[in-house]
Amino acid sequence: MATAVQTTVETDNYLNNGYGLKSWLLTKDHKRIAILYLISITAMFFVGGFFAMLIRLELLTPAGDLVSSDTYNKLFTMHGISMIFFFLIPSVPAVLGNFLIPLMIGAKDLAFPRLNLASWYIYMIGAIFALVSMISGGVDTGWTFYTPFSTTYSNTHVIGAALGIFIAGFASIFTGLNFIVTIHRMRAPGMTWTRLPLFCWSNYAASIIMVLGTPVVAITILLVALERLFHIGVFNPALGGDPLLFQHLFWFYSHPAVYIMILPGMGVISEIVTCFSRKRVFGYEFVALASIAIAVLGFLVWAHHMFVAGISVYAALVFSLLSYLVAIPSAVKVFNWTATLYKGSIRYDTPMLYAFGFIGLFTVGGLTGVFLASLGVDVHVTDTYFVVAHFHYVMVGGMVLAYMAGLHFWWPKITGRMYPEGWAKLSALLVFVGFNLTFFPQFILGYMGMPRRYHAYPPEFQVLNVLSTAGSSVLAVGYVLPMIYFLWSLRYGKPAGPNPWNAVGLEWMTPSPPPTHNFDETPVVTWEAYDYEHQPEEEVRVGH
Amino acid sequence: MSTEEHRQHVIPTSIYVGIWAVLMVLTGVTVFASFIELGDWNIVLALTIASIKATLVVLFFMHLYYSSKLTKVTMIAAVFFLFLLLALSMTDYLTRGWLTNPGR
Amino acid sequence: MATSDIEIAEHSLQHHFADMDQQKDASTFGMWLFLVTEIMFFGGLFCAYLVYRATYYQAFVAGSQTMNIWLGATNTAVLICSSLSMALGVRCAQIGKTKMMVVLLLITIVFGFGFLGIKGVEYHEHWINHQFPGPNFQFEGAEAGGVNPQNVQIYFSLYWAMTGLHALHMIIGIGLVTWIVIAGARGAYSPDYYSPVENVGLYWHFVDLVWIYLFPLLYLISKKHGG
Repeated sequence: MATAVQTTVETDNYLNNGYGLKSWLLTKDHKRIAILYLISITAMFFVGGFFAMLIRLELLTPAGDLVSSDTYNKLFTMHGISMIFFFLIPSVPAVLGNFLIPLMIGAKDLAFPRLNLASWYIYMIGAIFALVSMISGGVDTGWTFYTPFSTTYSNTHVIGAALGIFIAGFASIFTGLNFIVTIHRMRAPGMTWTRLPLFCWSNYAASIIMVLGTPVVAITILLVALERLFHIGVFNPALGGDPLLFQHLFWFYSHPAVYIMILPGMGVISEIVTCFSRKRVFGYEFVALASIAIAVLGFLVWAHHMFVAGISVYAALVFSLLSYLVAIPSAVKVFNWTATLYKGSIRYDTPMLYAFGFIGLFTVGGLTGVFLASLGVDVHVTDTYFVVAHFHYVMVGGMVLAYMAGLHFWWPKITGRMYPEGWAKLSALLVFVGFNLTFFPQFILGYMGMPRRYHAYPPEFQVLNVLSTAGSSVLAVGYVLPMIYFLWSLRYGKPAGPNPWNAVGLEWMTPSPPPTHNFDETPVVTWEAYDYEHQPEEEVRVGH
Repeated sequence: MSTEEHRQHVIPTSIYVGIWAVLMVLTGVTVFASFIELGDWNIVLALTIASIKATLVVLFFMHLYYSSKLTKVTMIAAVFFLFLLLALSMTDYLTRGWLTNPGR
Repeated sequence: MATSDIEIAEHSLQHHFADMDQQKDASTFGMWLFLVTEIMFFGGLFCAYLVYRATYYQAFVAGSQTMNIWLGATNTAVLICSSLSMALGVRCAQIGKTKMMVVLLLITIVFGFGFLGIKGVEYHEHWINHQFPGPNFQFEGAEAGGVNPQNVQIYFSLYWAMTGLHALHMIIGIGLVTWIVIAGARGAYSPDYYSPVENVGLYWHFVDLVWIYLFPLLYLISKKHGG
């Protein structure tokens, strides 16, 4: 039953349906908007990476000799702001979610296409505000904007950066709103909740967080800006204001925000692990419900960022207990992916390599999070590099790897082209090695007592810092290579065909790239999710 | 699959006017009650009245009573999460004075 | 050129929706979700209010005594009336009585301006009495009442922030209702397609809801009232 090998990229697709800047900048097509986001967040990723590079260069030597301490404060602030608000939070939802969710549920577009485009413009305006404040002198408050430094004492461009984040928050809210309505109201006939791809469940859960949490940080950041501008001093200690109130309001969003970041990545992993083990996911309902559980429980733990800030010990006890609880659904997911792999027919394509990396590194990051949930341990390692290592393990070792996995997995669908597998595998290896070399030493450094956010450190910490910086240069190569070969593949990559991975899912039943309207006829779904038993084995695989 | 909602259900003008009247009366009650010294119960009473007014507006002016279960759940979720923000923050503020250092 | 109700509905159906029902369900649900974000947005301010009222109760009492409870109550009544006219306006859209709908929405706008006018009078009073936080803040008699005037600044910070944000939402609401009035007068809506009217109504009622809580919290803190 040979299927003809597709040797050309499908014509009449969303990419060539209308040329010219206006057709892109005024598009309502969710797939084009996804591409717009892809370009923007990639740019912000390299902005954040640039600041990271300067940080690691400074930390090569114990003395603060590359930059002043004030400048160093600006570097880690702007690294954090770029990476968190302008890369990680939009990454999978705005790029992969926007592109795939309508396809995965059999819809023609998201529920509110114009809102989707508005969301990208809002993101861009926010990014411009942030970039302008960075270029015109920077911000030095930390991405966490703690008061009263941010409201009263800092004399850097706090308002510009704060407004940039405030504005970008609305982009996130509108994306989440769009996803929730779409998934509730626009599923194709037969696409019941229990047949929904887990990628959709994860993005749905993340969207709940976006809608409930982002407005709180929005008002908090707005209050910071108002306090700087108009002296509306809600956080000013001189008036009796409580700096911890800022932290409560800030972390009420910013902790769930880490789940906004990781949940969509987990959704990607669910899709990839099933496809490349040719197996149904183990415990579909558990994985789906675990996503919702993470979203809900994630709102109950925020003060674990404040254990040593001055909250009451009783509140700390409560939040510590709740923080242990939130680890459970994440662990459920890891176990279920592992069980999915068991006795699967494993294929080691690049997306799967990244997925393996994710499972291992996210587990390390997640476990160290449980260490931090313990009050006694946290008092020792808080504000040290232990925390820095922990969150980089989950956000980079977890989230960025998941994003790379997803990009590779769906690149053929998005562009109609395969990327070069050899280079891709090399990059994945470089990322994995470089990442561990960069961040594992930081666990040790933190435990030994090296504080974070300092540009100078005692000389006995130098060896580990040098290792970390060396690792970061390897990691950087691992990031730059995909940029190059993905761009290369747009012109020279082998045409991919509709389903190069032989995966199950509605998105794989459309041509690559898909036509603007996604489906000629609305599909009727009669099969279960991840129905790999009934998926024919190796068809002609293109691109290898 | 459509929810028929209230597209078929048009609420009579009299109901709207009735709700309006109740809201106006409750406003008067809350102003009047604020002149009476009830100690800590003043705020409880004021918020109770406000919540009754809010519930009437949400259920009838905003048609939540006639809306789908999804919409109802969504509203309840919003109120619940706001409650979480307030309640869990207060676990800190209410207990800050509790623990004194032993030996001090 | 008279267009029938069906034509209006068909013309307004967006291409990615299967039918008008799906579009209406989606757009109304979307508006409710947006209101959820608004609840959380104001919620942060309510959280700050809760924390500081619990901590500086006397300062809040002192601050609230400068509020004019009669103006506040009047404004509450104005908003409730505007909600009635808005709800009746949506009802007219439901049954296709376009002219009546436009009239009721115009009445809503008038009430909205009424609210803003009264608020403006109050703001002016507070402003000339130096009751705006910052270097020019003055609050006489505070120490005599055993209250730290700095803490009273926090009350006023919240007063201006919460009522200011609310007023901003009122202005946006008036803008939205104006849009609906214009579109409605041009015959854009019918009993088969009136979800923009309904959704603007939802927004308007929400803004009323916020005020229903702001009024007792800011104006009625203790039985000693000013104004």
